[in-house]
Amino acid sequence: MKVLVPVKRVIDYNVKVRVKADGSGVDLANVKMSMNPFDEISVEAAIRMKEAGVASEVVVVSIGDAKSMETLRTALAMGADRGIMIEAPEATEIEPLAVAKILKAVVDEEQPQLVIAGKQAIDNDMNATGQMLAALLGWGQATFASALEIADGKAQVTREVDGGLQKIEVALPAIVTTDLRLNEPRYASLPNIMKAKKKPVAEKTAADYGVDTTPRLKVVATEEPAGREAGIKVGSVGELVEKLKERALV
Amino acid sequence: MSVLLLAEVAGGALALDATAKSASAASALGPVTALVCGPAEAAATAAGIAGIDKVLHCADDSVANGLAENLSALILQLAGGVTHIVAPATNSGKNVLPRVAALLDAMVITDVTKVLDANTFKRPIYAGNAIQTVQSQDAVKVLSIRTAAFEAAATGNAAPVETVTLSDAPALSAHLEDMVVKSDRPELSSAKVVVSGGRGVGSEADFALISGLADKLGAAVGASRAAVDSGFAANDLQVGQTGKVVAPDLYVAVGISGAIQHLAGMKDSKVIVAINKDEDAPIFQVADYGLVADLFDAVPELTGTL
Repeated sequence: MKVLVPVKRVIDYNVKVRVKADGSGVDLANVKMSMNPFDEISVEAAIRMKEAGVASEVVVVSIGDAKSMETLRTALAMGADRGIMIEAPEATEIEPLAVAKILKAVVDEEQPQLVIAGKQAIDNDMNATGQMLAALLGWGQATFASALEIADGKAQVTREVDGGLQKIEVALPAIVTTDLRLNEPRYASLPNIMKAKKKPVAEKTAADYGVDTTPRLKVVATEEPAGREAGIKVGSVGELVEKLKERALV
Repeated sequence: MSVLLLAEVAGGALALDATAKSASAASALGPVTALVCGPAEAAATAAGIAGIDKVLHCADDSVANGLAENLSALILQLAGGVTHIVAPATNSGKNVLPRVAALLDAMVITDVTKVLDANTFKRPIYAGNAIQTVQSQDAVKVLSIRTAAFEAAATGNAAPVETVTLSDAPALSAHLEDMVVKSDRPELSSAKVVVSGGRGVGSEADFALISGLADKLGAAVGASRAAVDSGFAANDLQVGQTGKVVAPDLYVAVGISGAIQHLAGMKDSKVIVAINKDEDAPIFQVADYGLVADLFDAVPELTGTL
């Protein structure tokens, strides 16, 4: 069974972004970039399936500017077999709908039985691509997975839902999106990083797939959120209770 | 202009708070038809929410568990002539709405915090460190609502209820079981007071300190990602960028350092109290009242004093 994993290059999760002074967006110049954390979990899940003999091949795909190649190489160093690099214009603005359309074209070509995607990218926080891809393919979807098992042409998935967990079954081919508790991604070892440089990567552009990536949403403004005024330190539990009583909170 | 609102049903009952807050966001956009998938009582409760003009009630088993393929087929079946499709940004809303949007060739707009006009909305990006105003050019706008950013619509309405059925379920997935913890505490997303514990709590057993304080305050229990990952607390208690977003009157953060991702889920709380032994913890930068103390001394004392 072939597994396809999309990976996105995003601002590192430790970086606090700043809005540009002119309100035209956020300042991404000279900030550390990394693989989207949920995509790392997806790559790890796919590699574990290969190690367990459930998956035969793990293909990773990244859509973005030329630097996304680094992200792809990271996934290959973790253990994916080969990559597809799809260069897209104005990569930071590309919307989940356009990404899903490109991924659909990739799926049509590659014919994987399973796509494992991160539940959300930590830049635009949309939480949409996996569900949109499932819709475009007419496949079943199991989002926010914290456990995943493949048997008898089906995926059994435990999902993180509002009240706890939910277990569902989806017929393959299907899309699974990953949540935090699915696994703890490995670090790539130095020998594997070296080996990854020799793994095959096909280079494409969004235009090769005939997908129009023009954004549907016009960004009118980007602004800083309302800040909080600095509070005070209290010296004791007694003083804290007093302050809360003054404001009728306890 | 007309709106189809997907009501939130959880544990066989209408989630009134999430639905009423989404209804108040939706009613700014036009007449609202609410779709309720669940028991008749849930539909009746939804019919009582102000701003809801009509309720469509679907009692089909195929949509009872929120399976996205079936639910999106039902929404599409009912969406003729609709200009906006709206749901609360709960896990069930987040699961189904992007699927609906893609089927309509529309770009979904998730976690809307403000409705400016019929086409223009505000939403947070980068863990809430920036707020974007976006304008949709799609024929049908598909929106999920960040409920913490809206006031709940009043109740006391009596909207008419009509029954609908899903004509053709795609049957791509099946529900096996729910593992839902029943709790007598208030629901996290809508609670007036939330007490959250982080890595500093140290163990699942010691997390009882957090629940003890929460019970004293009539509060919901929350947790940071670190506490959930370490197994101190259940996944559905996670507050943050990728968990639940809360804005209670009082948020008490215990043993939580205050990573960007956690702040994203609670920094709109009206009053924030932080208890942490590290005086340099970033949580103190957003706290109204900070107490630098060992939580194992401070929390029992606080619980005892209240």
